[in-house]
Amino acid sequence: MADVLLEVRGLTKVFGGLIATNRVDLDVLTGETHAVIGPNGAGKTTLIAQLAGERSPDAGTIRFGGRDVTALPAPARSRLGLARSFQITSVFREFSALDNVALAVQAHAGHSFRFWRPARREQALREPARAMLDTVGLGERADVVAGTLAHGEQRQLEIAMALATGPRLLLLDEPMAGMGPDESQRMIRFLDALKSRHTMLLVEHDMDAVWALADRISVMLYGRLIATGTPEEIRANAEVRRAYLGEDFD
Amino acid sequence: MRASPRAIAVGAGLVALALVPLAAAALNQPFYLDYFRRIMIFALAALSLDLILGYGGMVSFGHAAYLGIGAYAVGILTHHGVHNGFVQWGVAIAASALVALGIGAVSVRTSGVYFIMITLAFTQMLYYLGISIAQYGGDDGMRLAVRSQFGGLVDLRDGVTFYYLVLAVLVLCLLLSHRFVNARFGMVVRAARSNEARARAIGFWPYRYKLGAFVIAGAMCGVAGALLVNHTDYLTPEFMHWTRSGEIMFMVILGGMGTLAGPVVGAVVLLLLEDVLSGWTAHWQIILGPFLVLVVLFAKRGLFGLLPRDDPSHG
Amino acid sequence: MLVLEQALNGLQYGVMLFLMAAGLTLVFGIMNLVNLAHGSLYMVGAYLATTFYAWTGSFLLAVVLALLGTLVVGVLVELIALRTLYERDHLDQVLATFGLILFFNELIAIVWGRAALYTSVPTWLSGHVLVLPGVPYPVYRALIIVVGLLVAALLWALVTRTRVGMLIRAGASNRAMVGALGVNVRLLYTVVFGLGAALAGLAGLLAGPIYAVQPGMGEQILIPVFVVIVIGGIGSIRGAFVGAVVVGMVDTLGRAFLKPLLATVLRPSAAESAGPALASMLMYLLMAAVLAFRPQGLFPTGR
Repeated sequence: MADVLLEVRGLTKVFGGLIATNRVDLDVLTGETHAVIGPNGAGKTTLIAQLAGERSPDAGTIRFGGRDVTALPAPARSRLGLARSFQITSVFREFSALDNVALAVQAHAGHSFRFWRPARREQALREPARAMLDTVGLGERADVVAGTLAHGEQRQLEIAMALATGPRLLLLDEPMAGMGPDESQRMIRFLDALKSRHTMLLVEHDMDAVWALADRISVMLYGRLIATGTPEEIRANAEVRRAYLGEDFD
Repeated sequence: MRASPRAIAVGAGLVALALVPLAAAALNQPFYLDYFRRIMIFALAALSLDLILGYGGMVSFGHAAYLGIGAYAVGILTHHGVHNGFVQWGVAIAASALVALGIGAVSVRTSGVYFIMITLAFTQMLYYLGISIAQYGGDDGMRLAVRSQFGGLVDLRDGVTFYYLVLAVLVLCLLLSHRFVNARFGMVVRAARSNEARARAIGFWPYRYKLGAFVIAGAMCGVAGALLVNHTDYLTPEFMHWTRSGEIMFMVILGGMGTLAGPVVGAVVLLLLEDVLSGWTAHWQIILGPFLVLVVLFAKRGLFGLLPRDDPSHG
Repeated sequence: MLVLEQALNGLQYGVMLFLMAAGLTLVFGIMNLVNLAHGSLYMVGAYLATTFYAWTGSFLLAVVLALLGTLVVGVLVELIALRTLYERDHLDQVLATFGLILFFNELIAIVWGRAALYTSVPTWLSGHVLVLPGVPYPVYRALIIVVGLLVAALLWALVTRTRVGMLIRAGASNRAMVGALGVNVRLLYTVVFGLGAALAGLAGLLAGPIYAVQPGMGEQILIPVFVVIVIGGIGSIRGAFVGAVVVGMVDTLGRAFLKPLLATVLRPSAAESAGPALASMLMYLLMAAVLAFRPQGLFPTGR
């Protein structure tokens, strides 16, 4: 039985009159790829925000690697090995792709209270960054300003930055968002290659990706987690089919 | 080494500044010495603000406070008989850094409009403090009886020597700033400006770096203050008035925010402009006001920002 | 009773700060606009009132004309200069409105000169009223308090109970939605800005007889208004009211009593210099204290 890497219990977040996250219980096992699906407004984004440390929950706990991280802010969680990519591309637009990834490396390579030596000449930062860009397929585009990269390339950069922090858990928020069919296929193959070495929590709408990648799936609806199971179990689940997959899905 | 348009412009500018005393002597116009010396001092103040404004994204409307602190440090010590420049300027830097730490600790945690209002409020607090301490001149300020003394090293009473000292300090600070913004620390500050959520997500605590930059910028401006009081031979609380902060901010914008030479260019242009306009009419601010509005609306990248970058990915 | 008199003065200063803060916070809350030139509208109100009073001899007429005049100036400024700023970031807004301050200060100086103008309280408003047996208080200042509280009540009613108020609050939370509902957002913005201008003008015209009317007077009150807004919470009228009264009281009472208070524990000469110095810093120290515990102010609107 695999370890539970991320344990979420009773997570609740309320905005005014709206219960965005309603006593969600979720486990992510070490080594698995766990997908979270659900219609728009189901609360997936708020869930990710709480897991990443951007928003603090109103109730509930989050344990990461056995440690209670509920009160820890995002930078602390990153230090513990939680990395995320954003649904709406969020990179350092004025910097080159290489600079972007190098910054991610820098955050986990000692302290940054250094004032004299140019960071761009630190091979200890540049080389791993270059390697990471090669891994995601952006090796040729290292010196391009991030804001001018194509949308799909920016999504790749997001992942590269997440990987560069040496994470134990990857929180991927709709990595396929806004991608055309070819790009999506490439991304699916890439994520598939990551599966063996990383634990991933994947929020996605693209069901091709979900069926292809997920070891287990959790379904959210109106802030509640209504089902968790293997892809077969979820496909067969009547409530899920009614609510999300559609009656005539098979 | 490539000679990019920007590098050439910077080099030419510094050479021109270095030649001013010679030109002034040749034309028998010692006034120009004072004139450009003042410009360079404000260029230094603008540079320090650019570190947090252009690179850090922190809109501090209270930066003139450090001009005042630096000036008052020198002024108060002189008043009490301490004329040693090393001590005075050391205190000026330390005091500015300390006050920046205090103000920054409270303000940097906020952002956006709050930050603007808070920095403005604190600077006004210091201004009123300066006014109410009658012992050091209060409203009227006080004269600087003796300029800072540096043993036999430099004599600030000699206009030309003082000029070159100011130029040297400016060049040194430009160099230090250049290293700073490209070092690990500066890169984090810039990243936090570019996308704070992203910076946090990869594991940085932006607060520490922004506060550090705030302190460094304050200290550098304190140096400008120490230079200023020696230059004018008097000080008043007006050094710290928030409209002075606005003026410095405009130098940064006009010259090019987020570049190092921009603030210097901005200081030169704005002060020259103010001078020319005030020669035309006593009511020159009625022209300057709308001019500033137009700059903000249409020319945000500033003059130096118009020159093509050396290398797009290196900013 | 000196304390009571000073407390009332504090309240009077507070309601004036409130009039300014309400306008500024409304404009910021609805239109996301930082307007440094808000103080200039205050100044315009003061100058217009002083001038009209000198021309017509009728205080009431001067009040009406000054209010209208400030409203007109405000709307013109909004139409000409500010519309382009709504989309811009706060830095641009701060800088552009700073340019406007320079413009207005100089314009006033050209027309009226730099020397301070003095206007007196009209005779039917001078004299004292007994707020408590044996406690006389200037009628004019009492009037300011009454007017201020009345305006606060009216604003509260406007924002919470009328359609316009609902639009204002709706605009505060989601402007795209309000626009999509068919509401003329541009008109709404102009109306809100006009309201803010009128409030500033009102504060200015009330201020005329008791404070010096001179170029730059707008900035003198603007900074305390910022302190009020930071303490109260940006976008909150309730916060503006609480903040304004607190700041008004703290500042006035501090200036009146801190020196004598300090003199009981310090040497007189020390109290002599420390007293006024500390008194002038009180409101900022208060702001820092509030920020340390509540970085969003006392009544944050979640903006």
